[in-house]
Amino acid sequence: MPPAIAFRDVSYDVQGKEVLRHLNFEIAAGETFVLLGRSGSGKTTALRMVNALLFPTSGEVYVDGKSTREWDVIRLRRGIGYVLQEAGLFPHFTVAQNVALVPELEGWEKARVETRVDELLSRMDLSPAEFRTRMPRQLSGGQRQRVGVARALAADPMILLLDEPFGALDPITRLELQRQFVHLRKTWKKTSLFVTHDVREALGLATRVALLHDGRLEALAPPKEFLTAGGAASPEVRTFLAGLDWKLES
Amino acid sequence: MPGSLAREILDLTVEHVVLVFVALSIASLIGIPLGIWLSRKAAWRAWVLGFANVLQTVPSLALFGLLIPLPFIGGIGKRTAIVALVLYALLPILRNTLTGLLGVDPAVVESAVAMGMTPRQRLVRVELPLAARTILAGVRVAAVTTVGTATIAAAIGGGGLGVFIFRGLASVDVDLILSGAVPAALLALVVDGGLGWLERRFSPA
Repeated sequence: MPPAIAFRDVSYDVQGKEVLRHLNFEIAAGETFVLLGRSGSGKTTALRMVNALLFPTSGEVYVDGKSTREWDVIRLRRGIGYVLQEAGLFPHFTVAQNVALVPELEGWEKARVETRVDELLSRMDLSPAEFRTRMPRQLSGGQRQRVGVARALAADPMILLLDEPFGALDPITRLELQRQFVHLRKTWKKTSLFVTHDVREALGLATRVALLHDGRLEALAPPKEFLTAGGAASPEVRTFLAGLDWKLES
Repeated sequence: MPGSLAREILDLTVEHVVLVFVALSIASLIGIPLGIWLSRKAAWRAWVLGFANVLQTVPSLALFGLLIPLPFIGGIGKRTAIVALVLYALLPILRNTLTGLLGVDPAVVESAVAMGMTPRQRLVRVELPLAARTILAGVRVAAVTTVGTATIAAAIGGGGLGVFIFRGLASVDVDLILSGAVPAALLALVVDGGLGWLERRFSPA
């Protein structure tokens, strides 16, 4: 079985600036792979290559064994859930319409769509009776992100891309949603690629953490190893870990 | 007011409304698709908007006059009047369509793309509904100015309420001028109010 996602020698230049340099890694099905890095490290660029919002300048990104250049991009994108920092909900759609969108585009029957919307809202702790008809502007930041996650999951995609999904939330809501994410992950069995600049979030959620620095892959390890071996290996990893309470032996 | 005058006011008002409606419909059918196209073609924007701007600066009476000698679209009568009114109405509709579409939150557009919407679905289900209010505001501005400009159409045989105004000017008859000017002003207010209501209804969020 091919890896769910594979980056093979991926580089990306924009106006002569190298944003990504020779990235190589694979993400196995069911993994929660976290791309960690500072602003401008190239992590969001890498994420956007998986659903073909961007294409590498050189190298290939493979999804389910097939290069993103060979995929029908519409099919590829409908098979991948996408959660943005500000949720990106459609402001003129109700919560239910937002969640129902991809199943509708995929031609699901109305009754099946309705059941799916209720099921997902309940799973995200949003009572369907109360939230179905609300407009995004009537939601708090945390509720908007929950709806964003529900929308991304609606058509049961195999892959989820999350671009700093909890970045704009207050610390308590953030923690709540992180816990919910961990809980959901046990049941949904999806491959997730999660982008964050928060090392605590990365270590708490990831099956493996990849640290990007100036477009290069600086370290790649499961959280425990990242904390120990990774720290010795790379100054950038140490910089990130310095923000934690854990004491690192120098 | 004699019955015959009231009857004539009514007839010319209807003629005026038809003139405005036809011109506005054609201007919308050209301006909105052109605005959509321009929202995707940044390189053409300055040229097309510049051309529409220049059209707007030509004095209306001069434009009506300039069109008369042209083949197919020129001559004396309604057709020429409608062509001139369409040219005037085009700029606000075009500009607002473009502004409305370019003003849609990039994060919303990105999530539409990322969710696998085709360009057409994105336009119809996301971008146009979110830009609708701005586009309608452009149509509203165009409609109100067209009601006014259409009074000049009478100078080239286009009919409408301008007939009273020109007749009144020629015979220095204020009552006759007002018979054209007052219904035209009222019409502009009604059109403004009606389209304003529609605009509020289309408020996306």
